[in-house]
Amino acid sequence: MAINILEPGLATTVQDQGRPGYYNVGIPQGGAMDSLSAEMANALAGNTAAEAVLECTYLGPKFTTDADAVIAVAGAPVDVKVNGEPRPQWSRLELAAGDEVSFGMLRGGTRYYVAVSGGIDVPVVLGSRSTYTLGAVGGFEGRALKAGDTLPVGTAIDVGTGGSERTEFEEALRPSFDKEVTVRVLPGLYDHRLTEEGLDTLLSATWTLTPVADRTGLRYSGPDIAWKPRTQPFGAGSDPSNIVDAGYAVGSIQIPGGKEPIVLHRDAVSGGGYAMVATVISADMDLLARSAPGTKTSFRAVTLEEALTARAEGREARSRIWG
Amino acid sequence: MTDTAVQRTDARYTWGGDEFLFVEIAEAMSLAANYKANAMAALLTARSLPGVTDICPANASLLLRFNPDILPPDRLEAEVRGVEDEVAHSSHQTLDTRIIEVPVWYDDPYTRETGARFRKGHQRPEGTDLDFAAEENGLASPAEFIRRHHESPWLVSMVGFVAGLPFMFQIVPQKDQLEVPKYLSPRTDTPALTVGHGGCFACIYSVRGAGGYQMFGIAAAPIFDPAQRLADFRDFMIFFRPGDIVKFRPVEEAEYREIQAQVDAGTYTYRQAPVVFDLQRALDDPAAYNKDLLERLHGN
Repeated sequence: MAINILEPGLATTVQDQGRPGYYNVGIPQGGAMDSLSAEMANALAGNTAAEAVLECTYLGPKFTTDADAVIAVAGAPVDVKVNGEPRPQWSRLELAAGDEVSFGMLRGGTRYYVAVSGGIDVPVVLGSRSTYTLGAVGGFEGRALKAGDTLPVGTAIDVGTGGSERTEFEEALRPSFDKEVTVRVLPGLYDHRLTEEGLDTLLSATWTLTPVADRTGLRYSGPDIAWKPRTQPFGAGSDPSNIVDAGYAVGSIQIPGGKEPIVLHRDAVSGGGYAMVATVISADMDLLARSAPGTKTSFRAVTLEEALTARAEGREARSRIWG
Repeated sequence: MTDTAVQRTDARYTWGGDEFLFVEIAEAMSLAANYKANAMAALLTARSLPGVTDICPANASLLLRFNPDILPPDRLEAEVRGVEDEVAHSSHQTLDTRIIEVPVWYDDPYTRETGARFRKGHQRPEGTDLDFAAEENGLASPAEFIRRHHESPWLVSMVGFVAGLPFMFQIVPQKDQLEVPKYLSPRTDTPALTVGHGGCFACIYSVRGAGGYQMFGIAAAPIFDPAQRLADFRDFMIFFRPGDIVKFRPVEEAEYREIQAQVDAGTYTYRQAPVVFDLQRALDDPAAYNKDLLERLHGN
C-alpha cells in the first residue's frame, strides 16, 4: 500500500521515535517533536509506538491511499476531512481506496500526527526512519514531503505482536494545547556564569514563544538576562555568553548575548559556543513541541530527583495508552 | 593556560536535565584538555555501559546522554569519575588515530563570491575574510596566512554542530595559534565544504547553511556523503572522527577540478595513514612531532 501526496503542507516530515547514538558526530536524535501525540496516533491506527508517522506543522497535507487503510490523527486541534466530510481526531478512521484526506486550519498548538496502520515504510537509516532535513538523512529522501511523493506503507501489525486495539481516546487522556504553560527545568551546566539576578529573571519571568521555533529549537522573548563579566578563557570567544564550543544537551537553554533564550529540541545542533544555563526535563519536552508562537511560558526550577519523579509519572501515563 | 600534559585537576560535573551529564574538563581550549575529553570518551566507549546512548567528546568537555531508568545518575557519575581518574593517572598519553590529507582551494572564486554577498556588517567590509584574518594575526599578507594555515597539521577536536562538521585545533604552541573573530552577525548561507575559522578553531562546513566563521577556501572532496557513494564512506556517511589529524594541502583550480572529476566518477579516496597521537610529544616539540606525522602521511 502507498500514500499519494497531493499537497505537501508546510513542513510535513516522516518521524518515528528517533535516532539515538550519532550525536557525537552531529546527527541529532530527531523523532516526533510531540512524542506523546505521535504515540497516541500510532495506538489508534493499530500500531506499536515504534511505527513512523507523518508530523504535520501548522498546515497539513492532502493525500489519498491506493488501498483501503486505517489511519488516525492526534495532536494539535485541527479539522480532519475525508472527501470533504468532517471526521474526528483522536479516533480510528477507516479509509476506502482513493479517499481524499485533508485538514483545516489549526485551532491551537503547532503539530499534529497522522499514523497509518503498518506505519510509513521508508528505509531505516542509522536505526531510524526519522527525517533529518539539514543532513538530508532518513525519512522520505531526507526531506520534507512534496506534491507527487508516494510513501510506502508497511504491513498491518497483528494484535498478537503488539498492535494496538484502541479505537479512540476520551478527552481526559489527551494532552492539552494551552496558551500558557509552565515548563520544568533543571538549572545547571553554566548557570554559574549568570548573575544571581539573571538566573532569577530566567526562572521567574513570563516568556513569549516567538515565531522562530522549529525542530531545532525555540526562541523566547522577554527581559534581558545579565551574564557576569569576566576575562574570557582562551578559545571561548569575546562575549560573556560564549564558551569554548561544547556539546549541547537536548532541551538546554542558551541566552546568546543575554537576549532571547533558545531551547534546543529534537533536531538540536549538537554543539556550539554559547553557554547553557538550564535544561528542560525530559517529561516536559513535549510541552514545548505543543506550544504555538505567542504561548506564555514560565520556566520553573526543579531538582534532579523531581525530574526523575516526573519522568516516572510520564512513563506511567504513557503506559495507559497501551492498556 | 600553559602547555602542560594531561590535567590532573578535577573536571566539573553538572547535569543537563535528567538525560545528560556534562563534564567540563577546562574552561580554556588546549591540546591537553581535548586529549582528556577524547581519552575519557574512548574508555567509556570501550566499557559500553548499558543505558549510555551517546558519548560526545568536545573541545574541552564531554557530554554524555543516558537513560536514567537503566543507569541511575549517581552510578553514571561514579563510572565517569573513575574513567577520569584512570586517564589522569595513565602513564602513556596516547590515542590511536590517523592523519588525513585534505586538499583545499584557498581564496577560490566561490568563497570570494559568498564573502562578497555578506560584506555589509562585516568587521572589514572592504576586501575578503582572508585579508581580515591576515591583519588580525599581524601577518604580512593573505598568502602568509594561508601558508600558516596549511603548514602545520590540525587535530579534530570535536565533530558536530551539524552532521559531520569537524572543529580543528592546530598542533602549534599557543602563541602561534591563528585567532580570528567570528562574523559579527552570522551569514544565512555558506556553501558546503567551505573552510572556515572562528576563534582558534578551523572547520569545514559539511552541509550548506548558516554560519559565522570567516571563510578562506573550499575543500575539494566531500566530508559527508549520506548516499555513501565513495569508498571512504562505505562504512559510515561521516568521514571525520574526534582525534583525527588533518593536514591541509593547497591546490589550484586545475587540481581542484581533477579531484571533482574523481569524486563524480566515484573513484576519489583521501590520502591517509594510521598514527598514534602522543600528547607529550605534541606539547614538548610540536615542530619535530608534526614533521614526524607528515612523514607517516607520505609513507616514509
